[in-house]
Amino acid sequence: MGCEGEEVHQSGSGWSPVYVEDNLCVMSVGFLLDSPRAAVIWRGPRKNGLIKQFFMEVDWGNNLDVLIIDTPPGTSDEHLSIATYLSKSEIDGAIIVTTPQDVSILDVRKEIDFCKKTNIPIVGILENMSLFICPKCKSGFDLFPKTSGGGEGLATEYDLEFLGRIPIDPNLASCCDEGTNFMTSFPDSPTTKFMLELAKKLK
Amino acid sequence: MSEIPEHCPGTQSEKAGKESACQGCPNQTLCASGAASIPDPAISVIAGRLSEIKRKYLVLSGKGGVGKSTVSSLLSRSFAANPEANVALLDVDICGPSIPRIMGCEGEEVHQSGSGWSPVYVEDNLCVMSVGFLLDSPRAAVIWRGPRKNGLIKQFFMEVDWGNNLDVLIIDTPPGTSDEHLSIATYLSKSEIDGAIIVTTPQDVSILDVRKEIDFCKKTNIPIVGILENMSLFICPKCKSGFDLFPKTSGGGEGLATEYDLEFLGRIPIDPNLASCCDEGTNFMTSFPDSPTTKFMLELAKKLK
Repeated sequence: MGCEGEEVHQSGSGWSPVYVEDNLCVMSVGFLLDSPRAAVIWRGPRKNGLIKQFFMEVDWGNNLDVLIIDTPPGTSDEHLSIATYLSKSEIDGAIIVTTPQDVSILDVRKEIDFCKKTNIPIVGILENMSLFICPKCKSGFDLFPKTSGGGEGLATEYDLEFLGRIPIDPNLASCCDEGTNFMTSFPDSPTTKFMLELAKKLK
Repeated sequence: MSEIPEHCPGTQSEKAGKESACQGCPNQTLCASGAASIPDPAISVIAGRLSEIKRKYLVLSGKGGVGKSTVSSLLSRSFAANPEANVALLDVDICGPSIPRIMGCEGEEVHQSGSGWSPVYVEDNLCVMSVGFLLDSPRAAVIWRGPRKNGLIKQFFMEVDWGNNLDVLIIDTPPGTSDEHLSIATYLSKSEIDGAIIVTTPQDVSILDVRKEIDFCKKTNIPIVGILENMSLFICPKCKSGFDLFPKTSGGGEGLATEYDLEFLGRIPIDPNLASCCDEGTNFMTSFPDSPTTKFMLELAKKLK
């Protein structure tokens, strides 16, 4: 999000998130680390303690419309803790991201099972790295072939909503690296249009 | 395990049992007496179990989704391409055990005997062990906290019967630096691991996490064999133009290897055929023997052996 190295300030009302736009703020454990190169080698209880602190002490203001919570991969201590701490917070739901191939879909099944076991409603499934369009000859290629239906097949199988596909785009990868806003840099990209539509649909 | 205090100093710490956070912890007396800081005897047992194995490699990554299991499977197949070599692949990614699927042995069962658990053989000279074989359903989420996962990892290291003639053991790990990694490093601390192969994609957000992985290896005294860059390039099958799908904003895997004075092991391009083989559990290297990836991996196995 282009705010690496920023610091978090504490006040009487709690920790202040870092603002990247007037109406968009970010909180991350990354802001609390002394060095971005140092490994965070914490066992479960210590990680859970920090997650709890984030939920309890960040001052989001009193006018927040949307909170998006990015999580680590898998189904682990952190996820159990997140589900537990948010169990009375009326989460609107989880958006599950996958790539099209089976070895990813395999793990999404577990994620769906996790959400069911922890009573987290599932908003839908989003398929990323779906297609690559050669910038030169404009042919499209499935880099991670959908051996069995990909994200859409899975959504149908579990009677979940399929939210759509995001193609592989080197420009998107570059923007993530540089911390710039892909959507303002590439406003005509199909990905930008897709994400704006998705946000309208979810709001 | 909700009784473990949030600011637990760690059972191995000098302050174990003596911190204010220790008040009320059921293990406080044990820790304060120093009993918990005695090295786990399992570590020596594990070292004995693995001592006959000639080469032991860990495959690590900072980030998820960079292709660690793909690389582990290719590496195991590359070593096993030599019919004289006996190779094993151990999958300790408890939450997302992809290896049985990728190696074409999903749904197999593990047998127990007097000498331990028998791994599943996919070739005469290549066997696999994974938590995936122990799960009732591949769809069920494995929602275990650290101690239970650690217990299973310890069991794998202590109880799998690798035979007495194993040349190479490759250990595929979950992404990140977490409980499982700490446990793996601890349990293998006397087992003379030859080293870790760190997998990354070229882009900065992946490289960022590799730095942490390198730091982790230094802190836990795991030697680093080198850095492997996956999903490096895509060659359009139609017009043959090459594209960096994940642009190397600052040097990619090779730049990182230079910066830390580590060996850069090479690059693996994105190949839809490789992805398909992983999904189908077939051997990419025998299906596509002329692929640059196949040749690269065979060379790498020769170099590492």
